[in-house]
Amino acid sequence: MAAEGKAIDALGQFELSTVLGPIGAAVGFTQSNLHMVIAAGLIVALMVYGMRPAAMVPGRLQSLAEAAYGFIDDMVVAQVGEEGRRFFPFVFTLFMFILFGNMLGLFPYAFTYTSHISLTFTLALMVFVLITAVSIALHGRKFLGYFFPEGAPVWLAPIIIPVEIVSYLSRPISLSIRLFANMVAGHVMLKVFATFVVMLAGLGAIGPFVSIMPLAINVALVGFEVLVAFLQAYVFAILTCIYLHDAVHLH
Amino acid sequence: MPQLDFSNPLMTSKLVWLVIIFGVLYFVLKSYALPRVASVLEERAGRIKADLDAARDAQAAGEAALAELRAATAAAKAEAQAAIATAMQEAQKKAAAEAEAINARLTAQVAEAEARVAAARDAAMGALRSVAGETAMAMLGRLGVSAPANDVTAAVDRAATQGGR
Repeated sequence: MAAEGKAIDALGQFELSTVLGPIGAAVGFTQSNLHMVIAAGLIVALMVYGMRPAAMVPGRLQSLAEAAYGFIDDMVVAQVGEEGRRFFPFVFTLFMFILFGNMLGLFPYAFTYTSHISLTFTLALMVFVLITAVSIALHGRKFLGYFFPEGAPVWLAPIIIPVEIVSYLSRPISLSIRLFANMVAGHVMLKVFATFVVMLAGLGAIGPFVSIMPLAINVALVGFEVLVAFLQAYVFAILTCIYLHDAVHLH
Repeated sequence: MPQLDFSNPLMTSKLVWLVIIFGVLYFVLKSYALPRVASVLEERAGRIKADLDAARDAQAAGEAALAELRAATAAAKAEAQAAIATAMQEAQKKAAAEAEAINARLTAQVAEAEARVAAARDAAMGALRSVAGETAMAMLGRLGVSAPANDVTAAVDRAATQGGR
């Protein structure tokens, strides 16, 4: 099918391009960054405009803002403990930034900035630097004990220490690849089935009827993608919390 | 895959912008938006706690008032019963005293009446003897028998005492 020049271009949607004309081109401001600004604007609008009434009995937007706040607050306190409260703004920003990025990407013509491994890896690297800095600041040299659990037989050290170091270093990688792969897979599938709809619709008389099938699949996929968009933001946030717990308590 | 095309200069500039945007978002949320949410939630929790405390206080006060009412009712009941008992006792005492007084008076009257009856009978009996003596003297005179008056009187007396009362 792809041979007749009507190739399925599933990856073109991830291509970067500059926006805002020559100014954007001069400072390398891409459509990815534009969507980040929109997401950040929406988050701030929700948290500031939504909370503006500051009512005793919250309205709809205020309830949403409070639910988001309470959701992450509960997560941080449950995973890290009471001393994890000071990481709450970071985890909240991270969660909302990823969630809004994922959700925004589901709109037609929108760009999904979380579908770039460079971006998810940068976020994961922030988490990695944070947990390492927190561990060292809180525990100093005892931080190295993290790689060799107390009570383990000494002769196992040559095995345990490399394994622990590898598992520690693979954290940002698994964290970033999980989010990136989920978003890319979802959007590629959406694009592929959407292209099927168009291609099958062109197959003469039966075309419109046959193309119902990929359309139905796409409708289901969009619902699924909404779930994935939330779930991946949640997974990113809760893994950050778990790593922070390790950093604060060392195992 | 465009995501892996790291030679693209936009890849680097995108990340620079990411750091800037994420940093600004973090700063705005941390220093402005989130404290506001926290204060609203805190205020609500405080308000709910205060209301609950007030309700608890009101309940305690109500229970205290109810207990007080019960105590007052019980005290009043006891007092009333005591008053009734005293009044009854007093009335009984009074009634007994009056009955006693009436009894005494009646006894006195009965005694007095009996005395009067006895006196009347004695008087009647005395009169009867003198009449009997005189009759006996007169009969003796008719019969022509003279007898000392004293003996006749003594005989009449004897007969009277033997005969009846």
